Amino acid sequence: MSRITGALREMQTIEETSSRDQWVNALHPLVKFCVTIFYLVSVISCGRYDLTRVLGLALYPFFLFEMAELSFRDALVRLRIVLPLVCIVGIFNPILDRQPAAEFLGFTLTTGLLSMLTLMAKGVLTVLSSYLLAATTPVKGICTAMRMVHIPRMIVTEFMLIWRYLSLFLGEAEKTSQAYSLRAPGQKGIAISSWGSLLGSMLLRSMDRASEVYEAMCLRGFTGDFPSVREEKIHRRDMTYLAAMGAGILFLRLVPVLSLIGGIFV
Amino acid sequence: MHMADALVIPAVAGTMYLASSAAAGVSVHKVKLENDPGKIPAMGVMGAFVFAAQMINFTIPGTGSSGHLCGGLLLSAILGPYAGFLSMIGVLLTQCLFFADGGLLALGCNIWNMAFYGCFVGALLIWEPMMRGGASKKKILAASVLGSVLTLQMGAFSVVLETTLSGITELPFGAFVMAMQPIHLAIGLVEGLITAAVLCFIYDARPELLWGIGGEEKAEGRLTLGRTLVLLGGGAALIAGVLSLFASALPDGLEWAMERTAGTSELAGSGAVYEAAEGIQSTLSFLPDYAFKGSESAAGTTVSGLVGALIVGVLCFLIAAALRRRRRV
Repeated sequence: MSRITGALREMQTIEETSSRDQWVNALHPLVKFCVTIFYLVSVISCGRYDLTRVLGLALYPFFLFEMAELSFRDALVRLRIVLPLVCIVGIFNPILDRQPAAEFLGFTLTTGLLSMLTLMAKGVLTVLSSYLLAATTPVKGICTAMRMVHIPRMIVTEFMLIWRYLSLFLGEAEKTSQAYSLRAPGQKGIAISSWGSLLGSMLLRSMDRASEVYEAMCLRGFTGDFPSVREEKIHRRDMTYLAAMGAGILFLRLVPVLSLIGGIFV
Repeated sequence: MHMADALVIPAVAGTMYLASSAAAGVSVHKVKLENDPGKIPAMGVMGAFVFAAQMINFTIPGTGSSGHLCGGLLLSAILGPYAGFLSMIGVLLTQCLFFADGGLLALGCNIWNMAFYGCFVGALLIWEPMMRGGASKKKILAASVLGSVLTLQMGAFSVVLETTLSGITELPFGAFVMAMQPIHLAIGLVEGLITAAVLCFIYDARPELLWGIGGEEKAEGRLTLGRTLVLLGGGAALIAGVLSLFASALPDGLEWAMERTAGTSELAGSGAVYEAAEGIQSTLSFLPDYAFKGSESAAGTTVSGLVGALIVGVLCFLIAAALRRRRRV
Protein backbone atom coordinates (compact mmCIF):
# COMPACT_ATOMS: atom_id res chain seq x y z
CA MET A 1 0.00 0.00 0.00
CA SER A 2 1.45 3.39 -0.98
CA ARG A 3 1.81 6.27 1.48
CA ILE A 4 -0.98 8.12 -0.31
CA THR A 5 -3.37 5.17 -0.12
CA GLY A 6 -2.49 4.83 3.56
CA ALA A 7 -3.21 8.50 4.18
CA LEU A 8 -6.52 8.28 2.33
CA ARG A 9 -7.50 5.24 4.39
CA GLU A 10 -6.59 7.03 7.62
CA MET A 11 -8.70 10.01 6.58
CA GLN A 12 -11.63 7.74 5.84
CA THR A 13 -11.27 5.98 9.21
CA ILE A 14 -11.18 9.28 11.06
CA GLU A 15 -14.23 10.57 9.15
CA GLU A 16 -16.18 7.41 9.94
CA THR A 17 -15.29 7.17 13.63
CA SER A 18 -15.81 10.87 14.31
CA SER A 19 -19.31 10.83 12.83
CA ARG A 20 -20.55 7.76 14.77
CA ASP A 21 -23.49 7.92 17.11
CA GLN A 22 -21.59 7.62 20.41
CA TRP A 23 -21.99 9.61 23.61
CA VAL A 24 -18.33 10.70 23.48
CA ASN A 25 -18.85 11.99 19.94
CA ALA A 26 -21.91 13.94 21.05
CA LEU A 27 -19.99 15.89 23.70
CA HIS A 28 -19.14 19.52 23.07
CA PRO A 29 -15.91 19.77 21.04
CA LEU A 30 -14.47 22.53 23.21
CA VAL A 31 -14.84 20.37 26.31
CA LYS A 32 -13.06 17.45 24.64
CA PHE A 33 -10.38 19.84 23.38
CA CYS A 34 -9.79 21.24 26.89
CA VAL A 35 -9.66 17.76 28.45
CA THR A 36 -7.15 16.63 25.80
CA ILE A 37 -4.89 19.63 26.37
CA PHE A 38 -5.07 19.15 30.15
CA TYR A 39 -4.22 15.48 29.76
CA LEU A 40 -1.30 16.21 27.44
CA VAL A 41 0.11 18.79 29.86
CA SER A 42 -0.32 16.32 32.73
CA VAL A 43 1.57 13.60 30.85
CA ILE A 44 4.47 15.66 29.57
CA SER A 45 4.92 17.43 32.91
CA CYS A 46 5.70 14.13 34.66
CA GLY A 47 9.33 13.78 35.69
CA ARG A 48 11.75 11.99 33.41
CA TYR A 49 12.00 9.00 35.79
CA ASP A 50 8.35 9.05 36.82
CA LEU A 51 7.39 6.00 34.77
CA THR A 52 4.77 4.73 37.22
CA ARG A 53 2.90 8.05 37.26
CA VAL A 54 2.94 8.14 33.45
CA LEU A 55 1.66 4.55 33.33
CA GLY A 56 -1.07 5.53 35.82
CA LEU A 57 -2.19 8.25 33.42
CA ALA A 58 -2.74 5.52 30.79
CA LEU A 59 -6.05 4.82 32.52
CA TYR A 60 -7.64 7.85 30.83
CA PRO A 61 -7.13 6.75 27.20
CA PHE A 62 -7.86 3.15 28.15
CA PHE A 63 -11.17 4.17 29.74
CA LEU A 64 -12.20 6.37 26.83
CA PHE A 65 -11.16 3.89 24.14
CA GLU A 66 -13.42 1.35 25.76
CA MET A 67 -16.29 3.75 26.32
CA ALA A 68 -16.10 5.17 22.79
CA GLU A 69 -15.60 1.67 21.30
CA LEU A 70 -12.50 2.77 19.40
CA SER A 71 -9.93 0.43 17.94
CA PHE A 72 -6.56 0.45 19.73
CA ARG A 73 -5.00 -0.98 16.58
CA ASP A 74 -5.99 2.04 14.47
CA ALA A 75 -4.44 4.32 17.06
CA LEU A 76 -1.27 2.29 17.56
CA VAL A 77 -0.61 2.26 13.81
CA ARG A 78 -0.07 6.00 14.10
CA LEU A 79 2.86 5.50 16.43
CA ARG A 80 5.03 4.56 13.45
CA ILE A 81 5.43 8.25 12.66
CA VAL A 82 6.11 9.54 16.16
CA LEU A 83 8.11 6.76 17.79
CA PRO A 84 11.25 6.84 15.58
CA LEU A 85 12.24 10.39 16.62
CA VAL A 86 11.30 9.69 20.25
CA CYS A 87 13.45 6.54 20.15
CA ILE A 88 16.40 8.37 18.58
CA VAL A 89 16.27 10.96 21.34
CA GLY A 90 15.79 8.43 24.14
CA ILE A 91 17.96 5.54 22.96
CA PHE A 92 21.15 7.09 24.33
CA ASN A 93 19.79 7.49 27.85
CA PRO A 94 20.48 3.87 28.95
CA ILE A 95 24.02 4.10 27.52
CA LEU A 96 24.93 7.48 29.01
CA ASP A 97 23.09 7.21 32.33
CA ARG A 98 23.81 3.88 34.03
CA GLN A 99 23.06 4.77 37.63
CA PRO A 100 21.05 1.94 39.22
CA ALA A 101 17.55 3.01 40.21
CA ALA A 102 15.79 -0.19 41.30
CA GLU A 103 15.72 -3.97 41.17
CA PHE A 104 12.76 -5.57 39.41
CA LEU A 105 12.39 -9.34 38.99
CA GLY A 106 16.17 -9.71 39.42
CA PHE A 107 16.84 -7.11 36.76
CA THR A 108 18.61 -3.85 37.63
CA LEU A 109 16.74 -0.87 36.29
CA THR A 110 19.11 2.01 35.54
CA THR A 111 17.94 5.62 35.60
CA GLY A 112 18.82 5.85 31.90
CA LEU A 113 16.56 2.92 31.05
CA LEU A 114 13.86 4.37 33.27
CA SER A 115 14.01 7.75 31.52
CA MET A 116 13.91 6.08 28.09
CA LEU A 117 10.87 3.98 29.03
CA THR A 118 9.17 7.06 30.49
CA LEU A 119 9.83 8.98 27.29
CA MET A 120 8.37 6.19 25.17
CA ALA A 121 5.34 5.84 27.43
CA LYS A 122 4.77 9.58 27.14
CA GLY A 123 5.07 9.32 23.35
CA VAL A 124 2.48 6.54 23.19
CA LEU A 125 0.00 8.23 25.55
CA THR A 126 0.15 11.62 23.87
CA VAL A 127 -0.52 10.04 20.48
CA LEU A 128 -3.43 8.01 21.89
CA SER A 129 -5.06 11.06 23.48
CA SER A 130 -4.70 13.15 20.32
CA TYR A 131 -6.23 10.27 18.36
CA LEU A 132 -9.10 10.18 20.85
CA LEU A 133 -9.86 13.83 20.14
CA ALA A 134 -9.66 13.42 16.37
CA ALA A 135 -11.61 10.14 16.30
CA THR A 136 -14.50 11.43 18.39
CA THR A 137 -14.78 14.97 17.03
CA PRO A 138 -15.72 15.83 13.44
CA VAL A 139 -13.63 18.48 11.69
CA LYS A 140 -16.53 20.90 11.94
CA GLY A 141 -16.49 20.42 15.73
CA ILE A 142 -12.75 21.00 15.94
CA CYS A 143 -13.22 24.20 13.94
CA THR A 144 -15.99 25.25 16.36
CA ALA A 145 -13.67 24.68 19.32
CA MET A 146 -10.92 26.65 17.57
CA ARG A 147 -13.25 29.57 16.96
CA MET A 148 -14.43 29.47 20.59
CA VAL A 149 -10.84 29.83 21.82
CA HIS A 150 -10.47 32.82 19.49
CA ILE A 151 -8.19 31.32 16.89
CA PRO A 152 -8.46 33.74 13.92
CA ARG A 153 -11.25 32.99 11.48
CA MET A 154 -8.80 33.02 8.60
CA ILE A 155 -6.80 30.10 10.05
CA VAL A 156 -9.94 28.11 10.90
CA THR A 157 -11.42 28.59 7.42
CA GLU A 158 -8.13 27.65 5.80
CA PHE A 159 -7.81 24.55 8.00
CA MET A 160 -11.31 23.46 7.02
CA LEU A 161 -10.55 24.00 3.34
CA ILE A 162 -7.35 21.97 3.60
CA TRP A 163 -9.30 19.07 5.10
CA ARG A 164 -12.06 19.34 2.49
CA TYR A 165 -9.71 19.33 -0.47
CA LEU A 166 -7.11 16.97 0.94
CA SER A 167 -8.73 13.77 -0.27
CA LEU A 168 -9.12 15.32 -3.74
CA PHE A 169 -5.47 16.28 -3.93
CA LEU A 170 -4.27 13.02 -2.43
CA GLY A 171 -6.31 11.19 -5.06
CA GLU A 172 -4.77 13.33 -7.78
CA ALA A 173 -1.25 12.81 -6.40
CA GLU A 174 -1.84 9.06 -6.32
CA LYS A 175 -3.11 8.99 -9.92
CA THR A 176 -0.14 11.08 -11.06
CA SER A 177 2.50 8.94 -9.35
CA GLN A 178 0.72 5.75 -10.45
CA ALA A 179 0.69 6.96 -14.06
CA TYR A 180 4.39 7.79 -13.77
CA SER A 181 5.34 4.44 -12.24
CA LEU A 182 3.44 2.61 -14.99
CA ARG A 183 5.59 4.39 -17.56
CA ALA A 184 8.78 3.87 -15.52
CA PRO A 185 8.49 0.37 -14.08
CA GLY A 186 10.96 -0.61 -11.36
CA GLN A 187 11.99 2.99 -10.73
CA LYS A 188 11.92 4.16 -7.13
CA GLY A 189 10.30 7.58 -7.03
CA ILE A 190 10.20 10.28 -9.69
CA ALA A 191 13.35 10.92 -11.77
CA ILE A 192 15.07 14.32 -11.47
CA SER A 193 14.18 15.27 -15.07
CA SER A 194 10.48 15.09 -14.21
CA TRP A 195 10.53 16.79 -10.79
CA GLY A 196 9.60 20.23 -12.08
CA SER A 197 7.06 19.33 -14.75
CA LEU A 198 5.23 16.71 -12.67
CA LEU A 199 4.81 18.74 -9.50
CA GLY A 200 4.66 22.06 -11.36
CA SER A 201 1.72 21.01 -13.54
CA MET A 202 -0.03 19.69 -10.43
CA LEU A 203 0.56 23.04 -8.75
CA LEU A 204 -0.79 25.00 -11.72
CA ARG A 205 -3.92 22.84 -11.76
CA SER A 206 -4.26 23.50 -8.02
CA MET A 207 -4.01 27.25 -8.50
CA ASP A 208 -6.68 27.14 -11.22
CA ARG A 209 -8.80 24.99 -8.98
CA ALA A 210 -8.36 27.50 -6.12
CA SER A 211 -9.85 30.28 -8.24
CA GLU A 212 -12.72 28.00 -9.35
CA VAL A 213 -13.34 27.05 -5.72
CA TYR A 214 -13.40 30.70 -4.73
CA GLU A 215 -15.85 31.60 -7.50
CA ALA A 216 -18.11 28.71 -6.50
CA MET A 217 -17.93 29.77 -2.86
CA CYS A 218 -18.81 33.37 -3.77
CA LEU A 219 -21.80 32.16 -5.79
CA ARG A 220 -23.02 30.31 -2.69
CA GLY A 221 -22.72 33.45 -0.57
CA PHE A 222 -19.29 32.98 1.04
CA THR A 223 -18.35 36.03 3.09
CA GLY A 224 -15.20 34.80 4.78
CA ASP A 225 -16.71 32.29 7.19
CA PHE A 226 -18.41 28.91 7.03
CA PRO A 227 -21.98 29.15 8.38
CA SER A 228 -21.71 25.56 9.67
CA VAL A 229 -18.89 26.60 12.03
CA ARG A 230 -20.76 28.42 14.72
CA GLU A 231 -20.57 28.46 18.48
CA GLU A 232 -22.58 25.70 20.14
CA LYS A 233 -24.05 25.86 23.59
CA ILE A 234 -22.25 23.92 26.30
CA HIS A 235 -24.72 21.66 28.12
CA ARG A 236 -24.73 20.36 31.69
CA ARG A 237 -23.51 16.91 30.60
CA ASP A 238 -20.52 18.55 28.90
CA MET A 239 -19.64 20.37 32.10
CA THR A 240 -20.07 17.14 34.07
CA TYR A 241 -17.70 15.37 31.68
CA LEU A 242 -15.19 18.21 31.94
CA ALA A 243 -15.30 18.17 35.74
CA ALA A 244 -15.12 14.38 36.01
CA MET A 245 -12.30 13.97 33.52
CA GLY A 246 -10.42 16.98 34.87
CA ALA A 247 -10.63 15.62 38.41
CA GLY A 248 -9.70 12.12 37.28
CA ILE A 249 -6.64 13.27 35.35
CA LEU A 250 -5.58 15.57 38.19
CA PHE A 251 -5.91 12.68 40.63
CA LEU A 252 -3.81 10.39 38.45
CA ARG A 253 -1.24 13.16 38.01
CA LEU A 254 -0.92 13.98 41.71
CA VAL A 255 -1.45 10.58 43.35
CA PRO A 256 0.90 7.72 42.45
CA VAL A 257 -1.98 5.26 42.12
CA LEU A 258 0.05 2.39 40.69
CA SER A 259 2.74 2.71 43.36
CA LEU A 260 0.07 2.67 46.08
CA ILE A 261 -1.61 -0.42 44.66
CA GLY A 262 1.74 -2.15 44.17
CA GLY A 263 2.81 -1.13 47.67
CA ILE A 264 0.05 -3.30 49.12
CA PHE A 265 1.64 -6.41 47.60
CA VAL A 266 5.37 -5.58 47.77
CA MET B 1 11.50 16.90 11.84
CA HIS B 2 8.02 16.87 13.38
CA MET B 3 8.41 16.93 17.15
CA ALA B 4 6.25 14.71 19.33
CA ASP B 5 4.63 15.94 22.54
CA ALA B 6 6.89 13.63 24.54
CA LEU B 7 9.97 15.58 23.48
CA VAL B 8 9.03 18.83 25.17
CA ILE B 9 8.07 20.02 28.64
CA PRO B 10 5.11 22.41 29.13
CA ALA B 11 7.37 25.44 29.62
CA VAL B 12 9.11 24.99 26.27
CA ALA B 13 5.86 24.04 24.49
CA GLY B 14 4.10 27.11 25.92
CA THR B 15 6.93 29.48 25.00
CA MET B 16 7.04 28.19 21.45
CA TYR B 17 3.24 28.49 21.20
CA LEU B 18 3.57 32.14 22.23
CA ALA B 19 6.29 32.79 19.66
CA SER B 20 4.39 31.04 16.86
CA SER B 21 1.12 32.75 17.83
CA ALA B 22 2.84 36.14 17.58
CA ALA B 23 4.10 35.29 14.09
CA ALA B 24 0.61 34.02 13.15
CA GLY B 25 -0.98 37.22 14.49
CA VAL B 26 1.32 39.37 12.35
CA SER B 27 0.61 37.15 9.32
CA VAL B 28 -3.18 37.35 9.75
CA HIS B 29 -2.90 41.14 10.02
CA LYS B 30 -0.72 41.36 6.90
CA VAL B 31 -3.00 39.10 4.84
CA LYS B 32 -6.00 41.18 5.92
CA LEU B 33 -4.18 44.32 4.76
CA GLU B 34 -3.74 42.76 1.33
CA ASN B 35 -7.57 42.78 1.10
CA ASP B 36 -7.67 39.91 -1.37
CA PRO B 37 -10.77 37.79 -0.60
CA GLY B 38 -9.61 35.06 -2.96
CA LYS B 39 -6.47 34.53 -0.90
CA ILE B 40 -8.06 32.35 1.80
CA PRO B 41 -9.37 29.67 -0.59
CA ALA B 42 -6.00 29.80 -2.39
CA MET B 43 -4.24 29.24 0.94
CA GLY B 44 -6.48 26.27 1.71
CA VAL B 45 -6.11 24.69 -1.71
CA MET B 46 -2.35 25.28 -1.78
CA GLY B 47 -2.06 23.82 1.72
CA ALA B 48 -3.85 20.67 0.54
CA PHE B 49 -1.60 20.59 -2.53
CA VAL B 50 1.59 20.76 -0.44
CA PHE B 51 0.28 18.01 1.84
CA ALA B 52 -0.42 15.78 -1.15
CA ALA B 53 2.90 16.68 -2.82
CA GLN B 54 4.75 15.66 0.35
CA MET B 55 3.50 12.13 -0.22
CA ILE B 56 5.25 11.79 -3.59
CA ASN B 57 8.77 10.35 -3.44
CA PHE B 58 11.48 11.80 -5.63
CA THR B 59 14.54 9.75 -6.59
CA ILE B 60 17.80 11.28 -5.35
CA PRO B 61 20.32 10.87 -8.18
CA GLY B 62 23.36 8.75 -7.35
CA THR B 63 21.79 7.21 -4.26
CA GLY B 64 19.29 4.44 -3.73
CA SER B 65 17.03 6.62 -1.65
CA SER B 66 14.30 9.13 -2.27
CA GLY B 67 13.25 12.42 -0.75
CA HIS B 68 10.13 14.54 -0.57
CA LEU B 69 9.01 18.13 -0.52
CA CYS B 70 8.47 20.05 2.77
CA GLY B 71 6.84 23.06 1.19
CA GLY B 72 7.48 26.14 3.36
CA LEU B 73 9.59 28.00 0.83
CA LEU B 74 7.45 26.80 -2.08
CA LEU B 75 4.27 28.13 -0.47
CA SER B 76 5.95 31.46 0.31
CA ALA B 77 7.27 31.82 -3.22
CA ILE B 78 3.70 31.44 -4.54
CA LEU B 79 1.51 33.02 -1.85
CA GLY B 80 3.97 35.35 -0.14
CA PRO B 81 5.51 34.78 3.31
CA TYR B 82 2.46 35.70 5.42
CA ALA B 83 -0.16 33.67 3.55
CA GLY B 84 2.44 30.91 3.09
CA PHE B 85 3.06 30.82 6.83
CA LEU B 86 -0.68 30.55 7.56
CA SER B 87 -1.00 27.76 4.98
CA MET B 88 1.84 25.88 6.64
CA ILE B 89 0.06 26.23 10.00
CA GLY B 90 -3.00 24.60 8.43
CA VAL B 91 -0.86 21.78 7.00
CA LEU B 92 0.94 21.16 10.31
CA LEU B 93 -2.34 21.26 12.25
CA THR B 94 -3.90 18.71 9.88
CA GLN B 95 -0.83 16.48 10.14
CA CYS B 96 -0.76 16.56 13.92
CA LEU B 97 -4.50 16.10 14.49
CA PHE B 98 -5.35 13.50 11.88
CA PHE B 99 -2.07 11.78 11.03
CA ALA B 100 -0.22 11.90 14.37
CA ASP B 101 2.68 13.59 12.59
CA GLY B 102 3.83 15.90 15.37
CA GLY B 103 2.15 16.54 18.71
CA LEU B 104 -0.67 18.89 19.59
CA LEU B 105 1.31 20.53 22.40
CA ALA B 106 4.47 20.52 20.32
CA LEU B 107 2.60 22.26 17.48
CA GLY B 108 4.05 25.63 18.51
CA CYS B 109 7.56 24.16 18.20
CA ASN B 110 6.76 22.55 14.85
CA ILE B 111 5.26 25.76 13.45
CA TRP B 112 8.37 27.64 14.52
CA ASN B 113 10.85 25.02 13.31
CA MET B 114 9.27 24.34 9.95
CA ALA B 115 6.91 27.16 8.98
CA PHE B 116 8.54 30.22 10.55
CA TYR B 117 12.02 29.64 9.22
CA GLY B 118 10.81 28.39 5.83
CA CYS B 119 8.37 31.21 5.25
CA PHE B 120 9.93 34.21 6.96
CA VAL B 121 13.66 33.58 6.88
CA GLY B 122 13.53 31.72 3.55
CA ALA B 123 11.18 34.10 1.76
CA LEU B 124 11.99 37.48 3.30
CA LEU B 125 15.72 37.17 3.83
CA ILE B 126 16.71 34.97 0.90
CA TRP B 127 14.06 34.69 -1.82
CA GLU B 128 12.84 38.27 -1.90
CA PRO B 129 16.25 40.06 -1.79
CA MET B 130 17.62 37.72 -4.48
CA MET B 131 14.63 38.26 -6.77
CA ARG B 132 14.47 42.02 -6.27
CA GLY B 133 16.34 42.86 -9.48
CA GLY B 134 14.32 40.39 -11.54
CA ALA B 135 14.14 36.63 -11.59
CA SER B 136 16.08 34.09 -13.61
CA LYS B 137 16.30 30.31 -13.45
CA LYS B 138 19.78 30.49 -11.92
CA LYS B 139 18.57 32.87 -9.25
CA ILE B 140 15.56 30.67 -8.52
CA LEU B 141 17.83 27.63 -8.17
CA ALA B 142 20.27 29.48 -5.90
CA ALA B 143 17.51 30.97 -3.73
CA SER B 144 15.64 27.68 -3.42
CA VAL B 145 18.71 25.62 -2.47
CA LEU B 146 20.16 28.27 -0.16
CA GLY B 147 16.77 28.96 1.42
CA SER B 148 15.92 25.29 1.96
CA VAL B 149 19.35 24.34 3.33
CA LEU B 150 19.53 27.33 5.67
CA THR B 151 15.97 27.08 6.98
CA LEU B 152 16.22 23.33 7.53
CA GLN B 153 19.48 23.81 9.39
CA MET B 154 17.81 26.42 11.59
CA GLY B 155 14.81 24.15 12.12
CA ALA B 156 16.99 21.16 13.03
CA PHE B 157 19.02 23.30 15.43
CA SER B 158 15.78 24.50 17.06
CA VAL B 159 14.70 20.87 17.54
CA VAL B 160 17.98 20.19 19.35
CA LEU B 161 17.62 23.34 21.43
CA GLU B 162 13.99 22.66 22.39
CA THR B 163 14.67 19.01 23.25
CA THR B 164 17.78 19.86 25.27
CA LEU B 165 15.99 22.66 27.14
CA SER B 166 13.23 20.18 27.94
CA GLY B 167 15.87 17.98 29.56
CA ILE B 168 14.56 14.68 28.27
CA THR B 169 17.74 13.34 26.70
CA GLU B 170 21.12 12.39 28.14
CA LEU B 171 22.69 13.06 24.76
CA PRO B 172 25.18 15.95 25.10
CA PHE B 173 24.19 19.09 23.22
CA GLY B 174 27.23 18.92 20.90
CA ALA B 175 26.65 15.29 19.98
CA PHE B 176 22.95 15.93 19.37
CA VAL B 177 23.78 18.86 17.09
CA MET B 178 26.29 16.71 15.21
CA ALA B 179 23.65 14.03 14.73
CA MET B 180 20.92 16.38 13.52
CA GLN B 181 22.64 18.99 11.36
CA PRO B 182 24.43 16.84 8.71
CA ILE B 183 21.35 14.72 7.94
CA HIS B 184 19.27 17.86 7.55
CA LEU B 185 21.93 19.33 5.29
CA ALA B 186 21.28 16.49 2.84
CA ILE B 187 17.49 16.76 3.29
CA GLY B 188 17.68 20.55 2.76
CA LEU B 189 19.66 20.09 -0.43
CA VAL B 190 17.09 17.66 -1.88
CA GLU B 191 14.20 19.85 -0.76
CA GLY B 192 15.92 22.85 -2.36
CA LEU B 193 16.39 21.05 -5.67
CA ILE B 194 12.76 19.89 -5.76
CA THR B 195 11.53 23.40 -4.88
CA ALA B 196 13.79 24.89 -7.55
CA ALA B 197 12.55 22.44 -10.19
CA VAL B 198 8.92 23.30 -9.45
CA LEU B 199 9.50 27.05 -9.27
CA CYS B 200 11.53 27.06 -12.51
CA PHE B 201 8.64 25.24 -14.19
CA ILE B 202 6.20 27.87 -12.87
CA TYR B 203 8.61 30.63 -13.97
CA ASP B 204 8.54 29.25 -17.51
CA ALA B 205 4.80 28.61 -17.62
CA ARG B 206 3.22 31.40 -15.57
CA PRO B 207 5.81 33.74 -14.00
CA GLU B 208 3.06 36.09 -12.75
CA LEU B 209 2.23 33.47 -10.09
CA LEU B 210 5.59 33.88 -8.36
CA TRP B 211 5.76 36.23 -5.40
CA GLY B 212 8.32 39.00 -5.04
CA ILE B 213 9.95 38.81 -8.46
CA GLY B 214 10.86 42.01 -10.28
CA GLY B 215 10.13 44.28 -7.28
CA GLU B 216 6.61 45.03 -8.41
CA GLU B 217 5.30 45.47 -4.87
CA LYS B 218 5.51 48.70 -2.93
CA ALA B 219 8.36 48.82 -0.45
CA GLU B 220 6.18 49.97 2.45
CA GLY B 221 4.04 46.84 2.21
CA ARG B 222 7.03 44.62 2.86
CA LEU B 223 9.22 43.84 5.76
CA THR B 224 12.66 45.28 5.04
CA LEU B 225 15.85 43.44 5.96
CA GLY B 226 16.50 45.80 8.88
CA ARG B 227 12.97 45.46 10.27
CA THR B 228 13.09 41.69 9.87
CA LEU B 229 16.38 41.51 11.77
CA VAL B 230 14.96 43.73 14.53
CA LEU B 231 11.87 41.48 14.72
CA LEU B 232 14.00 38.32 14.78
CA GLY B 233 16.26 39.82 17.44
CA GLY B 234 13.24 40.83 19.51
CA GLY B 235 11.76 37.36 19.15
CA ALA B 236 15.03 35.76 20.19
CA ALA B 237 15.28 38.05 23.22
CA LEU B 238 11.68 37.26 24.17
CA ILE B 239 12.25 33.52 23.92
CA ALA B 240 15.49 33.71 25.86
CA GLY B 241 13.84 35.89 28.49
CA VAL B 242 10.77 33.71 28.94
CA LEU B 243 12.77 30.47 28.85
CA SER B 244 15.20 31.82 31.43
CA LEU B 245 12.28 31.91 33.87
CA PHE B 246 12.31 28.13 33.79
CA ALA B 247 16.06 27.73 33.75
CA SER B 248 16.11 26.80 37.42
CA ALA B 249 14.39 23.52 36.52
CA LEU B 250 17.45 22.47 34.55
CA PRO B 251 20.93 21.55 35.78
CA ASP B 252 22.94 24.77 35.75
CA GLY B 253 26.40 26.03 36.51
CA LEU B 254 25.53 26.93 40.10
CA GLU B 255 24.24 23.44 40.88
CA TRP B 256 27.34 22.00 39.29
CA ALA B 257 29.60 24.29 41.31
CA MET B 258 27.72 23.50 44.55
CA GLU B 259 28.06 19.81 43.93
CA ARG B 260 31.81 20.21 43.42
CA THR B 261 32.34 22.31 46.51
CA ALA B 262 29.73 21.08 49.00
CA GLY B 263 29.12 17.60 47.63
CA THR B 264 25.42 18.36 47.11
CA SER B 265 23.39 20.54 44.78
CA GLU B 266 20.59 21.03 47.31
CA LEU B 267 20.79 23.34 50.32
CA ALA B 268 19.67 21.58 53.48
CA GLY B 269 16.71 23.20 55.23
CA SER B 270 14.97 22.41 58.47
CA GLY B 271 11.96 23.45 60.50
CA ALA B 272 8.18 22.98 60.31
CA VAL B 273 7.66 25.79 57.79
CA TYR B 274 10.34 24.37 55.51
CA GLU B 275 8.86 20.87 55.69
CA ALA B 276 5.31 22.13 55.07
CA ALA B 277 6.46 24.22 52.10
CA GLU B 278 8.43 21.30 50.71
CA GLY B 279 5.39 19.05 51.05
CA ILE B 280 3.17 21.51 49.16
CA GLN B 281 5.83 22.04 46.51
CA SER B 282 6.41 18.35 45.89
CA THR B 283 2.65 17.77 45.61
CA LEU B 284 1.79 20.69 43.36
CA SER B 285 4.97 20.97 41.28
CA PHE B 286 3.88 20.67 37.66
CA LEU B 287 7.28 20.92 36.05
CA PRO B 288 9.54 17.88 35.92
CA ASP B 289 11.70 17.55 38.97
CA TYR B 290 15.20 16.82 37.80
CA ALA B 291 16.44 16.31 41.35
CA PHE B 292 14.52 13.01 41.19
CA LYS B 293 17.49 11.36 39.54
CA GLY B 294 19.02 8.59 41.62
CA SER B 295 17.00 9.54 44.69
CA GLU B 296 15.60 7.03 47.15
CA SER B 297 12.04 7.80 46.08
CA ALA B 298 12.84 6.91 42.48
CA ALA B 299 13.95 3.45 43.43
CA GLY B 300 11.24 2.98 46.02
CA THR B 301 8.27 3.91 43.91
CA THR B 302 9.48 2.26 40.72
CA VAL B 303 9.18 -1.33 41.91
CA SER B 304 5.85 -0.86 43.65
CA GLY B 305 4.68 1.21 40.68
CA LEU B 306 5.54 -1.48 38.18
CA VAL B 307 3.75 -4.09 40.29
CA GLY B 308 0.80 -1.72 40.50
CA ALA B 309 0.87 -1.20 36.75
CA LEU B 310 0.80 -4.95 36.23
CA ILE B 311 -2.20 -5.36 38.55
CA VAL B 312 -4.12 -2.44 37.05
CA GLY B 313 -3.27 -3.64 33.53
CA VAL B 314 -4.74 -7.07 34.26
CA LEU B 315 -7.78 -5.46 35.89
CA CYS B 316 -8.31 -3.17 32.89
CA PHE B 317 -8.03 -6.13 30.52
CA LEU B 318 -10.64 -8.05 32.53
CA ILE B 319 -12.99 -5.04 32.65
CA ALA B 320 -12.61 -4.52 28.89
CA ALA B 321 -13.32 -8.20 28.21
CA ALA B 322 -16.42 -8.03 30.43
CA LEU B 323 -17.64 -4.88 28.68
CA ARG B 324 -17.19 -6.43 25.24
CA ARG B 325 -19.03 -9.58 26.29
CA ARG B 326 -21.86 -7.44 27.65
CA ARG B 327 -22.06 -5.50 24.39
CA ARG B 328 -22.25 -8.70 22.37
CA VAL B 329 -25.10 -9.92 24.56
